[in-house]
Amino acid sequence: MSVADLVKGVLNGKRRDLARLISLIEDEDSDALEALSHLYKHTGKAHIIGVTGPPGSGKSSLVTKLTAEFRKRENTIGIVCVDPSSPFTGGALLGDRIRMQEHSLDKEVYVRSMGTRGHLGGLARATSGAVRAIDAFGKDIIFVETVGAGQSEVEVIDIAHTVIVTDVPGSGDDIQAIKAGIMEIADIFVVNKMDLDGSDKKVTEINAMLDIDPRAKAWRPPVLLTNSRTGDGVPELADTILEHLKFLKDSGQLQEKGLKRSRDELQELMRYKLTRELCQKLEGQPEYEAAIKKIASRKEDPYSVAERLIAEFLFSESR
Amino acid sequence: MSSSKKIRVLVAKPGLDGHDRGAKIVARALRDAGMEVIYTGLRQTPEMVVSAALDEGVHCIGLSILSGAHNALFPKIMELLKEEGADDILVVGGGIIPEDDIPDLKKAGIAAIFGPGTPLDEIIEYIKANVKL
Amino acid sequence: MGDDSKLRDSTKKWEDETVAKTVARFPERQENFETISGLPMKRLYTPLDLKDLNYQKDLGFPGEYPFTRGVQPTGYRGRFWTMRQYSGFATAKETNQRFKFLLEQGQTGLSIAFDLPTQIGYDSDDPLAQGEVGKVGVAIDSLADMEVLFDGIPLDKVSTSMTINAPASVLLAMYIAVAEKQGVSMDKLRGTIQNDILKEYVARGTYIFPPKPSMRLITDIFKYCSQNMPLWNTISISGYHIREAGSTAVQEVAFTLADGIAYVQAAIDAGLDVDAFASRLSFFFGSHSDFLEEISKFRAARRLWARIMRNRFNAKDDDSCRMRFHTQTAGCTLTAQQPDNNVVRVTLQALQAVLGGTQSLHTNSRDEALSLPTEDSVQIALRTQQIIAHESGVGDTIDPLAGSYYIESLTNEIESKAMEYIDKIDNMGGAPVAIEKGFIQREIHDAAYQFQKSVDGTKRIVVGVNKFTVDEEPQFDYLRINPQAEKEQLSDLKKVRSKRDDEQVKQKLDTLRTAAEGDENLMPQILEAVRVYATLGEICGVLREVFGEYKAPDIL
Repeated sequence: MSVADLVKGVLNGKRRDLARLISLIEDEDSDALEALSHLYKHTGKAHIIGVTGPPGSGKSSLVTKLTAEFRKRENTIGIVCVDPSSPFTGGALLGDRIRMQEHSLDKEVYVRSMGTRGHLGGLARATSGAVRAIDAFGKDIIFVETVGAGQSEVEVIDIAHTVIVTDVPGSGDDIQAIKAGIMEIADIFVVNKMDLDGSDKKVTEINAMLDIDPRAKAWRPPVLLTNSRTGDGVPELADTILEHLKFLKDSGQLQEKGLKRSRDELQELMRYKLTRELCQKLEGQPEYEAAIKKIASRKEDPYSVAERLIAEFLFSESR
Repeated sequence: MSSSKKIRVLVAKPGLDGHDRGAKIVARALRDAGMEVIYTGLRQTPEMVVSAALDEGVHCIGLSILSGAHNALFPKIMELLKEEGADDILVVGGGIIPEDDIPDLKKAGIAAIFGPGTPLDEIIEYIKANVKL
Repeated sequence: MGDDSKLRDSTKKWEDETVAKTVARFPERQENFETISGLPMKRLYTPLDLKDLNYQKDLGFPGEYPFTRGVQPTGYRGRFWTMRQYSGFATAKETNQRFKFLLEQGQTGLSIAFDLPTQIGYDSDDPLAQGEVGKVGVAIDSLADMEVLFDGIPLDKVSTSMTINAPASVLLAMYIAVAEKQGVSMDKLRGTIQNDILKEYVARGTYIFPPKPSMRLITDIFKYCSQNMPLWNTISISGYHIREAGSTAVQEVAFTLADGIAYVQAAIDAGLDVDAFASRLSFFFGSHSDFLEEISKFRAARRLWARIMRNRFNAKDDDSCRMRFHTQTAGCTLTAQQPDNNVVRVTLQALQAVLGGTQSLHTNSRDEALSLPTEDSVQIALRTQQIIAHESGVGDTIDPLAGSYYIESLTNEIESKAMEYIDKIDNMGGAPVAIEKGFIQREIHDAAYQFQKSVDGTKRIVVGVNKFTVDEEPQFDYLRINPQAEKEQLSDLKKVRSKRDDEQVKQKLDTLRTAAEGDENLMPQILEAVRVYATLGEICGVLREVFGEYKAPDIL
């Protein structure tokens, strides 16, 4: 299938083409990048909501209930669920979709499960590519669900406009123990499974932590209680999400974030491309391999070798 | 295969059959063999199986059924896949499926049936060898 | 004490000299030996292994607390176990024929297998029922089918076990209504409904409603039967399916008894006195491959349950502590390859259950890895029980393996390991919470996976599958369900709907709906609806509206 056809299919709402494109994105196929570059001008319409938190905090059921709520409000939904790939076998059990059964035949909901595939930093690229594809496809709201446990997850969440961090009562996690990066980017905290003992305590803990945060923020992340099994608290959460989007627009942060994101993305893409080209050029070159041996035996140091190779590369490229 | 290309498999339980011991074991074994596996859970209609397979861009569908309803459900799934132009997806089955029923299932497009006693490696190797990436 | 240390010394001498000499020339087959559940097996067990055993306290006498040696004072000398073959397929008419065949061949109790739509509360004409009608059991859509099912079978003369869980109340009501028509009052009815929803969530999958309303239905049945049906077993708390899903023997005991604890607690919370219902609880276990482990398992389960009922729930009646159970030989051990081998497997497994003191037994047929059993195959299965009963003599003395150094050690070990699990589950908040957290499901799945790896790696031999295979399997003639069965059932259902009084049906369903929204006992309303030929799907449909449907928290 040609890239042009694929792009047309996605823009015309052909589900299969969307699925195909996301597969190409995941496989780092060059056609994918070409397709995305054509689709880019059709993106930027969707409200992207990141959902992260420890395993067992009910993220998938929360996303399912939020989807139902937003569907009631006539929105169309895309959901990208990210699960960890085994660092040993490379495989993954993508277990979020099974919790979203109630939407399985709703044509207005598109769900895609992705493994982390051992990328680091590359994860954000594949996920943001998938999100963009779904954006161009026409979904109003796109949920990105990951496990909050690592640098790459922080990056993933960075592509979202609104970030929800979930937790459960009595989880035993000292708030301080939760990864600093995740806490800092949270726009809304949700204490799920509110029917369990300790839910109020958890809310108090989070608020106390927010109280001592030295950075003055214009949006103080609200701390909400939900029960993703019964749906209690979900309409309020949906309202809060919309409030946050309104805040982003009114305060100008939406544009600010957009600029920062574009800068970060451009840099990331350039870094990725440069590194790939440089390494492809060098890989297998006898002088390159020799330099590596010298570094290992401490006859040369990696810092000066890097400087030298980059200088040579840039010089040769500019000729 | 580059670190980024993975075989994606949907393991499904069509119909009302609630016995998922085998399906879960196969799902886990495929994961251990480096594949990305989506397990659908119980009570999947043919429409739900096909919709999930297409949205997830899987290369292979594994159907597990022990209730005897395979003759009704498997061909329906193959029919729906054909309608969607998705017959490049490798479809295999397992569970309690009598020998006599297998030729017709194969005619409908099921590539292989892995009955009781099949070693996990056999399933893994078959998928790796026959899937269209 | 002196004897002990003497024995300890001689044992060591035996190991270091006699055994060592032999092993040097002929090493043992394996480095370590384990039961199929992973419990270590020593080379030899001696009185030293039982030095803490107290006969009165730990074993006691048959028919007396803690029932380790059996629940009947005369054991099988009084009456053999009930030979109760699970059966059912296609339409009620065909199943009725199979029932009569089995009763003629000497079966002593009925056991009904229902098809999946029936088990999940759907009528045969429901779109989700397509292709499933009559396949794994008989299709029952209304009282009319039930009447055909028991045509010519006097309900005051047989006991009937019904493997039905989520809609158990409806099938029980239908059974009562059929008995009414035969002129048999419900206080005379003997039988069991499986009615164990917790294991459905974990291992069997035929749930309908979420846990709370399901427990309400179960306790409604407990209450109703305690007042109206003194001879009826209101629940068969099941470990069979948990084992079939891949658990170990210890887990089978632990998770089953944890479920039992949850049901007892629920009934107490619903206002029942423990001694008012506990004697009518029954259990259901599998009989798996490891001969000696299984026998020990049954004894351990009996003793553990007795202790739990007495110590945890303060049951005053001994009857409340008496664990009666049905056993089925383990389906998951049967092979599709060389099916006749399965007769041998089933024979061993049946013998285990008898030596373990089961009250009732189903023996699998040799062809069950291929399809439902043919008449010939099920006859062999029945004969297996009859030969054990009448020719082997094992039933002529009670609990003959008691006192065996190994059996008693293993019984102790299984009991204590199961108790560890039960404590863990208690700390989580009980079986329903453990299920919600996925703990039980994960344990079962991990055990199943380990087992599969050991078979694939030929650490565990399965004859005919990974050793002693044949290249060409001869043709095996297995049962084919009448392909017209679904059509016939649909046309019968149409007839029922056209003949009945729809006004009455609507009225009864409305009353049921109101009752379900409140908290009165639902059995009377269900009975009313059943009598006017409301269908199973219609009744369950109303309950689905009010209770909602269960969503599995799947854990892989």
